[in-house]
Order: sequence, then C-alpha cells, then structure tokens
Amino acid sequence: MATAAASRRLPASERLRRSLGNGRISAILILLPPALILFTLFVILPLGESGYYSFFNWNGYGAPSDFVGLENYQRIAGHSVFHKAVGNTVKIVAISLLIQMPLALLLALMIFRKTPTNAVFRLIFFLPYILAEVAAGLIWSFVFDGNYGVTATIAQSMGVDSFFILADRDWAFVAVMTVIVWKYFGFHMMIYIAALQSVPEDLIEAGRIEGAKRLQIVRYVQIPHIKPAIIVSAFFAIIGALQVFDVIIPLTNGGPSNQTHTIVTYLYTFGLTRLNIGFGSAVGVILFVAAITVAVFYQRFFMKGDKA
Amino acid sequence: MRHTVAMTALLAGLASAGAAMAQTEINVLRVTVNDEQEAYYEQIAEAFEAEHEGVNVTFEYIANEAYKSKLPTLLQSDARPDIFYSWGGQTLVEQAEAGFLQPIDSMLSESFIETIPEAGLTAYSVDGTLYGLPLYATEVIFWTNKALTDQAGIDLDGIKSWEDFLGAVQTLKDAGITPIVVGGQDKWPVHFYWSYLALREGGKDIISQAMSGEDGGFENEAFVAAGEDFQELVALEPFQPGYMGTTYETASGMFADGAGAFHLMGDWDYLPMRERSSSGEGLPDDQLAIVNFPAISDPVAEGGEAATLGGINGWAVSNSAAPEAVEFLAYMLSAENQREGARQQLFIPIVKGTGDALENPFYAQVSKDIEDSSYHQIFLDQFLGASVGATVNDISADLAQGAITPEEAAAQVQEAWSFR
Repeated sequence: MATAAASRRLPASERLRRSLGNGRISAILILLPPALILFTLFVILPLGESGYYSFFNWNGYGAPSDFVGLENYQRIAGHSVFHKAVGNTVKIVAISLLIQMPLALLLALMIFRKTPTNAVFRLIFFLPYILAEVAAGLIWSFVFDGNYGVTATIAQSMGVDSFFILADRDWAFVAVMTVIVWKYFGFHMMIYIAALQSVPEDLIEAGRIEGAKRLQIVRYVQIPHIKPAIIVSAFFAIIGALQVFDVIIPLTNGGPSNQTHTIVTYLYTFGLTRLNIGFGSAVGVILFVAAITVAVFYQRFFMKGDKA
Repeated sequence: MRHTVAMTALLAGLASAGAAMAQTEINVLRVTVNDEQEAYYEQIAEAFEAEHEGVNVTFEYIANEAYKSKLPTLLQSDARPDIFYSWGGQTLVEQAEAGFLQPIDSMLSESFIETIPEAGLTAYSVDGTLYGLPLYATEVIFWTNKALTDQAGIDLDGIKSWEDFLGAVQTLKDAGITPIVVGGQDKWPVHFYWSYLALREGGKDIISQAMSGEDGGFENEAFVAAGEDFQELVALEPFQPGYMGTTYETASGMFADGAGAFHLMGDWDYLPMRERSSSGEGLPDDQLAIVNFPAISDPVAEGGEAATLGGINGWAVSNSAAPEAVEFLAYMLSAENQREGARQQLFIPIVKGTGDALENPFYAQVSKDIEDSSYHQIFLDQFLGASVGATVNDISADLAQGAITPEEAAAQVQEAWSFR
C-alpha cells in the first residue's frame, strides 16, 4: 500500500524506469515483438489474404481482378469431389478415434513398464511415426502394388489373381486409412505410455490387494488416471485427421478418379496444381473454419476438466 | 584456414571479374532434361557467348510438376527468367494477358520467321502477336509391339477405323494377350483417347469451336460421341490389371517389357521406355511399330481423320528479356542447331527442312505425320489451361472406369470451361 502510494507520486519517466528495472515490461518489450511479428506475418496476414482471394476467380497471374462474390464457395458446396473429401476426412477422424486410439492404448498398457524388452518394442512401434510421411506413402505404394509389390508376392503364393487395391475405387481409401493408422498409432501410444508411467504404483498395488483383476485395474485405476492424456491425444487425432495430406499424395494422389481426397489434398489438387488460386483460397477458408470450430468446441467440452 | 581465406578471395576476385565482363545476362529456365540435352544446350550457349562478347547465357532446370507450380510466382518476382519453356496453349494466353510476356515479332528477321511452320507460330501467338517460338513437335501414336500383334495374327496396316481397332483388341484378348497398357493413375495418358476421339468425331476445328461456345461448346454431340466410343473400348476390358494404379513411367516400362500390345503415347517415349524396362534394353526396333490413331467411320462431323494430337513445345519470352535474349532464342532455333538436335535424336525439329536429319525411322515417320497433318491439336490438358485441362484428365479417367456417363463427362468439361 505504501509503495503503491509512493510510486503514484513519482513522475511517469521514473515509474517507467523502475518497471523496466524490475524486468516485467522489458521482458514484454523484448520477447513479444518477434512472436507477434512472425505470427502476424505468417499466420494472420495470409489468413486475411486467402479470405480476400476467395472472392475472386484468379489464376495466380497478376493481381486478382475478376470478382465473383461467393461463387467459389457455391462451386465447392456443389462439387461431388469435395463431398467425397469431407466424407473421407470424417472417416479418418472416426478410425483415428475408434481404431487407432484403442490400439495405441492396448499396446501402451502392454509395454509401459520400464524394461529392456519393452524399450525395444516401444522403439519398433514408434518407428512408423519417425519415418517421413512421403517416404511412408511411397513404401506402402510398393507394398500395395499388384505387379511387383508385396501384394503380388502374397497373391502368387496363395495362387490367386493379384489385386490392385490402390486402383480400386471402393477399396483404395481403406488402404489409405490402414497406412494412416499404422503411421500414427505409435505417437498416441507414446502419450499413453508417458501418462501410464506417472500412475502411482501403490494405487495399482492397493487395487490388487483388494482383489481387482487386471481388467478392473485398467478400467478403474489406470484409464481414469490418464484421462487428460487421452483427451489430448484425441484432440491431436482429430486435428491431425483434418490435415492429412503427405501420406496420400505419394500413395494415390487422390485417385482413382478423386475417390481418396481429404480436404487438404482437395485444396492442393483443385486449388494449387490447377492454378485456381481463388477457389483454393475458398477451400482454405472452409478448412480453417472447420479446424477452429473443432478446436473451440473441443476445448470447451472436453478439456475443461484439465484445470480442475 | 589461411588457405581457405586465400581461396575465397581468389574466387571472389574471379567472380567480380566475370561480372564486369558480361554486361548482359540471359537466363533461360527449362523443365529438367536428360544429360545429353543439357550438354546440347550448354554447347549452344557457349557458341553464342563466343560470338557475342559481354553476353552470358545461363540455363536453369526445374522438374516438371514443380516447374508448372513455381512459374506463376517466378514471373511475378525479380528473379523471372528471360526465356522459359512453354507448352503453348491457354497457359501462354494467360501469361500474355497478365503482361508477363514480350511481343517479339518486330525483333525477328523476316527470313527467320519464314523457317518456322505456320502451326508453330500460331501456337506461340496470342491475338496475332508472337510471344515465343516453338522448339519441337510431338505426336501421340500407338506404340505397338509387333511380336504380340503377329502372335495374335493382326494385320497392323488393316487398322484404319475405330471398329478395326476394337476388333484387334478383341483378337488380342482372345489370344490371352493384354491389348493395351495405360498409366491410369496419372490420368493424362487416358485423356489422349478422349481428345483423339473428339477430334475424329467432331472434325479438326472442334476444340476451337467449343472454346468459342459454338453448338453447345464442350457439350456438343461430338464430345458425347467421343465418350461413347471410348466406353466401347473400355467395355472390352482392354487395359492391364490395376491400370488405375499404374503411373505413366510404370506403363511405359511395362510396354517395353512386352506386357501389352499397344501403348497410346507420345513419340518422346522411344528412349525413356527402354530405360524403364527391366532389362534396360526394351523392345528391339524391329519388334516396334507405330500405328496412327484410327478414324471414325461415321463421325458426327467430317474432317477429323487427318488431324494429329501432340505438342508444340517451345519457348516464351518474358517482359524483362533484353534484345540479346531474343537474338539468342533465334540462334538456338537456327536450322543448324535444330538439325543437330535431330541428329542426336533429342527431338523432332520443327524448323522447315530439318526433318531430313532424323535417322531414326520412327522419328522420321512422326515428323512426316505432323507435316501431313491437317491440324496439329496441342494436348487438351495444356491447350485448355491448367484447370480445364485437369478436368479433361479427370473425366477421361472416370470414363475409363465407367464412373460417369459420356454426357456427364462433356457437361463437366463445359462447366470447367465456363468457370475458368
């Protein structure tokens, strides 16, 4: 109280000097601008620009001049390939939540204890995640190749006609989803392992003394304890699903006949490679709104518990 | 350490000396080529530099897809090339309309312009103004494996009409031979079928008519008929298994390995298909034949049987190019240099009277085809611009899988064209 009164009597310059001295403002002045400038320059500004471009029919040459209003958005809304891409993205979210995460949890429960064998398995399961996406896509495109790939070898050894899953309109996306699960389950597994290791051992011990079976310990002790980790991993899974791109390009490039696009590969194919920059920007805006909506809702409904 | 410093100083000195000597820089940007072609351009650049003091020609190469996506940005930057590789067509029109190109009519001598065929000049003109020059022409033909067609007892000279061709496909199927290989995953190899059939059904001017919106534009009967003809072929299941998962490169290697009797592809595939075969040798010349795309016996409109489909690839001149750059371009396309390119089997030259330097019988045949052609249609996926072109590729792939009807295909192209 006394200091506050004292500082109020001080001239403004002296007050500034003191606060600079105590490091608060100087910290703000030094640390904020780089982040603020970078964020504005590379996030806010492009965001605004793509919002602006999305109202033009523009091929990227010169300045956009052909104002078309909401026509880009109308075309997207009526484009069957976009519907397919949204459907595919939803499918990826679904398998991430319903197959990938349970699988990751199961494996994490099996190998979370610190033993040398577990370390080896952890490394093996984590390997796909370390691999670059494009490399993974290429490797799997060789696996699925019905002429020379692993698929061909298996078909031959079973004496059946070789099959070409990536060329099949109905099955290509199943192959893509398989690769996505394979690629990312290790990441979620690692989150769970870290969380499981922090569950106090005496709780599990106590449960066991009370006569709880293995499944009951998992159900009533371990899972409730790692709930925050599960919520975070689900968040990553959903946002990650919205962004899937680099696995698909080398694997199918969105084909056959645009059956395996996600929203991002759709944006890339129909916006960038075809030089419909205005159209692509509109897709970008839609994707951004979708991601923000998911993020905000998720924070509000699932991540509230975090603070408690 | 001291050594490095000395070296750096020396290099810097050399560099500045070089810069002082060469006042005019000519930057040429090209899609990546093989080593022989790079050497060919290097040689031309050196010869030109030797004749013109103070001029420095630099060739730079970017891979195909990256080139297409980087070019719009490059042209708007200060690092824009003076001369750059082009496929002509709508992309060139868009570049010219955006003011990135330079009219070069007045900078070329009359006698030089006369050496370039009319079709080549048209391909590099927008509204009658010349913005670039053609380098070579390509034609899409059926590469044919004679060993397989002989085995099935097919007379290649007898394939004149689409019905003849369908008959040959059926005969091959009955003989247990894969009739056609195609790189379906890349889609553009499939669009050759739809494009050729549209030309045959609608006559040589069908594309320009559709572009100006005459008779229903791309929904004209001829385009629907082309889709129906193509579906007749697809109904025979003529392609290799899993063709929609095969890239052009793989298909080309498969053909050279003898996996199929026909491959509808450009003449440029002659050398690459060998390199892509598992033996590295491919098919010997005497097993290889060229069959031209057959005619339609009862077309929607007459006059399409002598049209050819292919490319007229060349160079565009940007607005920042110095007069020396145009001079270099003309030098690069001199009859002498074109003949040299032909002699080295690098390409089929476009300058009049240089085709005689082609020793390869296949190239000679293609060169003659193009010369005799009533109209050389540039690949639709280039000619119609990036967006509409890609739509043509899409609908061709969809038709090949029976995913859409010929009417829907035509309507989709028209929709893309009206919103380009």
